[in-house]
Amino acid sequence: MSIHIDRNLCIGCGRCSEVCPGNLIKQQPQPGDRHTKAEIKCPQDCWGCTSCLKECPRHAIKFFLGADVGGRGSILSYQKKGSSSIWRVKGTDGTFQEITVNTKEANKY
Amino acid sequence: MVIKIATDVLIIGGGTAGCFAAHILGKISDYKVFIAEKANIQRSGCLAAGVNALNAYITEGHEPQFYVDYAKKDADGIVRDDLLLSMSKRLNHVTDILEKLGLVILKDQNGKYVTRGNRNIKINGENIKPILAKAARDNPNVTVQNHLNITDLKIVSDGSEHQTGQAVGAVGFDVNSGDYFDIDARVVLIATGGASGLYRPNNPGFSRHKMWYSPFNTGAGFAMGLRAGAEMTTFEMRFIALRCKDTIAPTGTIAQGVGAKQVNSLGEIYEHLYGLTTSQRLYGTVSENKAGRGPCYLKTDTISEEQESDLYKAYLNMAPSQTLKWLEKGTGPKQENVEIEGTEPYIVGGHTASGYWIDDHRATTVKGLYAAGDVAGGCPQKYVTGALAEAEISAESIVSFLKQQKQSEFSSLWNDENLKAGTEKILKEYEKFSANEEGLFSVESLEEAMQKIMDQYAGGICTGYSFNSYGLSLAKQKIATLEPLLGSLKAKDADDLLHIYELKERLLVCRVLIAHLEARHETRWHCFAENTDYPQKSKDWECYVNSKLENNEVKIIIRDLVKPGEVYEHTY
Ligand SMILES: Cc1cc2nc3c(=O)[nH]c(=O)nc-3n(C[C@H](O)[C@H](O)[C@H](O)COP(=O)(O)OP(=O)(O)OC[C@H]3O[C@@H](n4cnc5c(N)ncnc54)[C@H](O)[C@@H]3O)c2cc1C
Ligand code: SF4
Ligand code: SF4
Repeated sequence: MSIHIDRNLCIGCGRCSEVCPGNLIKQQPQPGDRHTKAEIKCPQDCWGCTSCLKECPRHAIKFFLGADVGGRGSILSYQKKGSSSIWRVKGTDGTFQEITVNTKEANKY
Repeated sequence: MVIKIATDVLIIGGGTAGCFAAHILGKISDYKVFIAEKANIQRSGCLAAGVNALNAYITEGHEPQFYVDYAKKDADGIVRDDLLLSMSKRLNHVTDILEKLGLVILKDQNGKYVTRGNRNIKINGENIKPILAKAARDNPNVTVQNHLNITDLKIVSDGSEHQTGQAVGAVGFDVNSGDYFDIDARVVLIATGGASGLYRPNNPGFSRHKMWYSPFNTGAGFAMGLRAGAEMTTFEMRFIALRCKDTIAPTGTIAQGVGAKQVNSLGEIYEHLYGLTTSQRLYGTVSENKAGRGPCYLKTDTISEEQESDLYKAYLNMAPSQTLKWLEKGTGPKQENVEIEGTEPYIVGGHTASGYWIDDHRATTVKGLYAAGDVAGGCPQKYVTGALAEAEISAESIVSFLKQQKQSEFSSLWNDENLKAGTEKILKEYEKFSANEEGLFSVESLEEAMQKIMDQYAGGICTGYSFNSYGLSLAKQKIATLEPLLGSLKAKDADDLLHIYELKERLLVCRVLIAHLEARHETRWHCFAENTDYPQKSKDWECYVNSKLENNEVKIIIRDLVKPGEVYEHTY
């Protein structure tokens, strides 16, 4: 269970580091660049709450399941559009599955 | 650098209860409030990923007493009726406030909340924590200090032997900069949640933190209270959750939501054979596994496609890993029953009755120290709304406490020489960990050792949660050998320092927990406290097992049950 941060998308805004309930994400200075990049210091310490995904303005953070809990290499991403939360699972074969949750709607269960 | 702070109210832990208490204090007073939060109140604590439902609500046609009776039965009598009743009376009132703050609650055509069973209401709980965080920040008298980990309370003692001292602040450090904080407060609310990570978890390898309870709630509040002489109750009623295999996502959404029954690998429904209390449901699953009929499942393969897609959404709102698991495997709950397992044991006052021994005002046995939420004992099945109810009660109690105290009295307390020396000692300890040479052991290796000991000798997953007196005595000895090793650990940075203190807290909580498990000579709750030397329930144990630290030794205190209609009061 952990996250993967896409270094190419990250702009070093620090929002993920700020919000993680375990203070797990650090901003690493980059040689020759005034911007930092986010890194998870110890991937095993991630709780899997996805708070950092929700906070990232560049959608640079993806979420995956460790192989020990049945993960097979798919990655989950999150995007908020108006009152919709869009969750997307990208499979290892490149196919996407998308689920949109209306944040104004309660759970049926 | 040491940063000095002075405030009227110090709230330790800006989670569910902490944020709400800050919000209420703003409504009913002008007192200065300082929230010390080890992460960031925006998403810290149990509510980080969101929650599924409000599990504690008085539905139409019921009275608060209905909820008291339910919680009491589930805990087989070892509860505080007075605490449960004062909480239950406020459940609906705090729900109204939550809705006004912006929580989406499902309503029918007549504008009435849609219930799930007779105690739950349906919500969209994904953003419940940001809502509470905003409510706290909207109080203009609140200062939020994120990333400040508190390790110790500041206690002034009047020197008398039997009187526990008075809480007048706390000490901690910034988990990024490493700066030290020395906080003077007139009154303290402890709201640090419960304790996870004591036992070897379900997924001990890469996904070790894929646990149910927040891995960042490490029992700090229990530990600092114990060291300050506070009395604790009912640690032996551990909480062990029945959860979806691997992802450790909640099962209630499926069990109550689509009415799925528990079945064994032969497809037989077994839950009715063992009883329906929280511990019995777990015990049924453990027993079926032991009898060779495992693994066990929630029978979902008869649900409709629409139900399946609603489950995907419901889980995204609180435990996204479960939906990811279904989608990436390509078989959802409609094709395949959902495998279930018991988690490792936790100490959580919001589910069972373990935590601070408090009175009806939520005052602990330490003067000037109040407790609310998962850290407070005697009042199980609190959940989110119960934590809010306790936060409101404690906020009101804090205001009346402060009204009775003169501001001037505090300056003499804060300037107490012994208090200053105590604070110095704690700050020196922080420095010592940084100054230590790197030794043979890491925090991680000691944590692993602790979890293994607890797992094997104190009723962890590997023994199906059962233990005996002999095993507990071994656990006690072995945990005691780890405590001195802690002193040699090296903190290379503030993260290391945090992890050293988290381990220190957990080791103390383990020690007290073992003493509680040893003390109760019966098995009242299967799995939660399954003592194979005393496999039956006994009338002799219709009492509370409480504890406190005296000269760093755990002292067990047996107390009579507070009877229905009675209200317990501290006698200090
Ligand atoms: C995964 C999960 C799902 C749940 N689902 C539901 C549900 O659907 N419905 C429901 O009603 N209830 C649910 N509950 C229960 C409910 O969320 C909790 O009982 C309640 O939130 C506890 O509130 P609290 O304030 O005691 O703890 P928390 O909200 O966890 O707050 C504790 C805070 O203290 C901070 N802290 C800890 N130690 C320190 C320290 N040393 N210094 C400074 N700060 C510190 C933590 O970072 C945290 O912010 C769920 C719980 C969990 C874990
Ligand atoms: S998923 Fe949660 S615990 Fe994991 S890194 Fe992101 S914010 Fe932190
Ligand atoms: S929130 Fe996103 S963009 Fe900002 S630092 Fe984190 S990963 Fe980078």
